[in-house]
Amino acid sequence: MNPELQGRVFPPTEPYLVGREKVREFARAVFATNPINLDPEAARAAGHADVVAPPTFAVVVQEHTLAQLLADPDAGIDFSRVVHGDQRFTSTRAIVAGDLLTATLTVSSVKTLGAHSMVTAESVITDEGGAHVVTAISTLVIRGED
Amino acid sequence: MPTPDLASLAVGDVVAERTFDLTRDSLVRYAGASGDFNPIHYRDDVAASVGLPGVLAHGMLTMGLAVQPVVDWVGDPARVVDYQVRFTRPVVVDPEHGAAVSVVAKVGQLDAEASAARIDLTVTYDGATVLGKAQVRVALG
Repeated sequence: MNPELQGRVFPPTEPYLVGREKVREFARAVFATNPINLDPEAARAAGHADVVAPPTFAVVVQEHTLAQLLADPDAGIDFSRVVHGDQRFTSTRAIVAGDLLTATLTVSSVKTLGAHSMVTAESVITDEGGAHVVTAISTLVIRGED
Repeated sequence: MPTPDLASLAVGDVVAERTFDLTRDSLVRYAGASGDFNPIHYRDDVAASVGLPGVLAHGMLTMGLAVQPVVDWVGDPARVVDYQVRFTRPVVVDPEHGAAVSVVAKVGQLDAEASAARIDLTVTYDGATVLGKAQVRVALG
């Protein structure tokens, strides 16, 4: 694990178009039963443009940024040793089908605890107009050699 | 569905409870929906080869389902404005019997000024908690 990674900002990901069926598929996979996640009519009746994604859907977009980090030879992260430590989503607004989202990853901290390293990765997700939608923050623990 | 009234809530109130029966099918479904195809979530041989007690549920699946009772209580998924968890214990999903994950959602803090509440989740499997500091901030205004 390269400690100089702290503060590094990765290039923005390719825009991700949130599809209605993807939202519904994800909603079913996390056992969502709220009609606002599944039914466009119910979503519109509640004042949304289309079906609303479940609170953890942003992980699908964030995943593209974590792939950048893990693929970076400079980072020196062995994927088979990575454990997800914690996760947070802080939203300005919910993700809705039809959104075109871009994510930008910043490595906000790199710490070493004995043989293990901890990386905090912050992905800021914005819409087509550049407005903030949600920030996804993950702490990854990289287990040291036994 | 009406939004819960902040004035009627007290810290410690249980607002929602639900048990989720996870099976291997649930994990395959989540893998496809999320794009997380790490084989430790569907292959016993791979899980064993890295020293795991069995195939594990994706942490993000546990996080994703644990907030659902709160979504149903608050009435609209867009009211969840902040959600965080710490992954403290894995959920091992037996090929035959699956795994039952239980969620209890309680009021942790009330913020009348911002018209928001912090809901704390207790998420357990096999008698032990699997998520730490699982907190959901919901907008009630």
